[in-house]
Amino acid sequence: MSVPQDRSVPEDTAPVFPVPLSRRALLQRAGVAGLALGPAGGLLAACATGGGGNNDAAEGEVTEDNPLGVPEDEPLEVVIFNGGFGEAYATDIHEPMYAERYPNARIEHSATEQIAQTLQSRFVSGNPPDVVNNSGANQMDNGQLAADGALYELTDLLDAPSWDDPNVTVRDTLVAGTVEVGSYNGTFYVLNYAYSVFGIWYNAALLEQYGWEYPRTWQDMVALCREIQSAGIAPWTYQGLHPRYMNWPILSMATKLAGPDILVDIDNLVPGAWNHEAIIEAATAVYNLRRDGFILEGTEGMDHVQAQTAWCQGRAVFIPCGSWLENEQADVTPEDFRMAVAPEPLLSTDSALPFEAIRATPGEPFIVPAQANNPRGGLEYLRIMLSKEGASGFTQMVSSLTSVKGAADGLELSPGLASAAQMLSNAGDNVFNWLYPSWYATMENPMIDAATGDLMTNRITPQEWAERCEAAATQIREDDSIEKYSR
Amino acid sequence: MRHGKYPFILAFLLPPVALYAIFVISPYIQAFYISLTEWSGFTSQATFIGLDNYQWLLRNEYFWAALWHNVLLLIALPLITIGLGLFFASMLNVGGRRGTMQITGVRGSSVYKVLYFLPQVLSVAIIGVLWRYAFEPSTGLVNGVLRAVGLDALTRAWLGDPSVAFWCVLAVLVWANVGFYVVLFSAGMQAIPRDIYEAALLDGASRFATFWRITVPLLWDTIQVAWIYLAIIALDGFAIVQIMLGNAGGPSRSADVVGLVLYRTAFMDYNFGRASAIGVAMFFLTLTVAVLSMRASRRERIEF
Repeated sequence: MSVPQDRSVPEDTAPVFPVPLSRRALLQRAGVAGLALGPAGGLLAACATGGGGNNDAAEGEVTEDNPLGVPEDEPLEVVIFNGGFGEAYATDIHEPMYAERYPNARIEHSATEQIAQTLQSRFVSGNPPDVVNNSGANQMDNGQLAADGALYELTDLLDAPSWDDPNVTVRDTLVAGTVEVGSYNGTFYVLNYAYSVFGIWYNAALLEQYGWEYPRTWQDMVALCREIQSAGIAPWTYQGLHPRYMNWPILSMATKLAGPDILVDIDNLVPGAWNHEAIIEAATAVYNLRRDGFILEGTEGMDHVQAQTAWCQGRAVFIPCGSWLENEQADVTPEDFRMAVAPEPLLSTDSALPFEAIRATPGEPFIVPAQANNPRGGLEYLRIMLSKEGASGFTQMVSSLTSVKGAADGLELSPGLASAAQMLSNAGDNVFNWLYPSWYATMENPMIDAATGDLMTNRITPQEWAERCEAAATQIREDDSIEKYSR
Repeated sequence: MRHGKYPFILAFLLPPVALYAIFVISPYIQAFYISLTEWSGFTSQATFIGLDNYQWLLRNEYFWAALWHNVLLLIALPLITIGLGLFFASMLNVGGRRGTMQITGVRGSSVYKVLYFLPQVLSVAIIGVLWRYAFEPSTGLVNGVLRAVGLDALTRAWLGDPSVAFWCVLAVLVWANVGFYVVLFSAGMQAIPRDIYEAALLDGASRFATFWRITVPLLWDTIQVAWIYLAIIALDGFAIVQIMLGNAGGPSRSADVVGLVLYRTAFMDYNFGRASAIGVAMFFLTLTVAVLSMRASRRERIEF
């Protein structure tokens, strides 16, 4: 869920030897250790890269009630990422549904904040769980897992009848983009369950108080910014030390101006993709925010929590973010704050996409490992998650939309989430997304991240920024050891 | 009982050596092998590719930029930390003059001792988060103090400013480490016989002369060890940079360190082969620095 890859490392680098050793004593000890280790070499046979796997996955009979052929008494092991969404949605909603349908199957549930540390060795030794919520700052790279053949194909799940209506396949219950985002070179491996929408966030109460209206064009945005400035408030802030958040309005505004094909070029690492004039125009727009003094002073020195908190305190009016923002800020949001989100303004009235077009992407990945003991049970568990009951339960419990169509309809939603849901439904089919950050993580951070930081503080011009992004793409393109994806 | 000696010694020696071999030596050796392979870290197959990862490393500008920051740390961190540590320790132990003939610390030295040592009981994670808030530009402690004393011109967006972000990290590292060396040097100074100081005092030596001609030479072994510890910390620096500035290594990557490049290569790019190559390079670099500083600082040992 939470995008900033920023976490605390409980690692102490303080020196551990309180008593100074003389050099001679140190060398003597090293010598003794070396002698003692000679015969111990044989102990080192157990290697990190060794090990193999078993692949005797159990399968049950395929029937009308059991379209995926789930072995009814085989245990199911589920590992949940215990992050912003917690683990209760699994233990209180989805797992009971599975247990009810398959009373003889034992469910082994566990949750961790450190998915990779907990599970990586189990993948290497060929003994992974059946369902993994592979998310968080310590997630395993899904693209790499797919390239390594470590993931079970989810195609059967897509073609299976949905939980609620046997005449509708699971594929048809998913919102646009879910299959694309979870596919690697054409095969669907990763079910992204939570649905995030991106836009510019503001406090609707504050805008009402001053009689301001959210602008539909960038020209109006600049005019409004001047007005906000004269009211003594900073018009904009962004997640300072993580300037890549500003990539979102840049790419979204460029896409609305020139159409989603520019994103395909960027994702496919096409030479010159970043030098597209629409992208430079969008970069210039945000560059000018700083030039005109519209950005909250000190923003570049704040981390995402500090900047978002300053925004919650009313020190800035607009901030770019995704729909997890409301949850993330829940503790510091004042009572009278009416969180709302709107699409990025249009750079020109002559745009390829309407104002309502937004970036939306399924996130919170769930995978079934190829070497799981009960992969069919894993698929069934995902089918349960995608049921009406499973999805709306999730939305209600953790305040996030899901990638199940219409699962949030009729639910009582918090202001920010309601606004996000409204924005999504206004967008209709005009929903776009880009994938290069999940395909090539270091291209986004630190490469383009650093460039955007320099752009936002006006240390480089929009043209230089585009060159730096282009150089990042080139570096990825020319590195043969990096598995390439295309769409 | 003489014949039972060796089984007895072995019974004590073998378990720790076996544990050390399995959990420390074995991963080191495996890292050497992994650095010669192309391995994502997820599979049981690693493809042997010879020295390709090292060739990549030699050409990688991110590695060299980060290494330069480690070199800067390597020079600045021990110098500043040991300098401050020695100064504070001598003030706490032998800086004061009570009456004419007594060698003690300056007034209030017991309070200072606690203050200096305080950061040592905090974990690196807490230190990093604490200072991230202290450096926050609008509500943070650092700018707040500067404004309070009228030095508004010096306020800046510390961690967001590429020209100072690295020095912020260095300052935090010094702050976090100096207390330990104050205690270490204090312990060393306690062991120096008082009469040497008293003799110097009788001869009319100033505090400055006492420090350079008595304290430092007699503490040389301890300083040498401190230098090596600090050099190792300077070649790491991963945790504090990652916590204070994030995975990108600060604005314009101005405080990127090799440990962070390794982390990104392993856990964002999932290229454990290359990451291991970085690790092996750092292993030899750290070893070289340790041996060199041993050699360079070797002196006649003074017995007292």
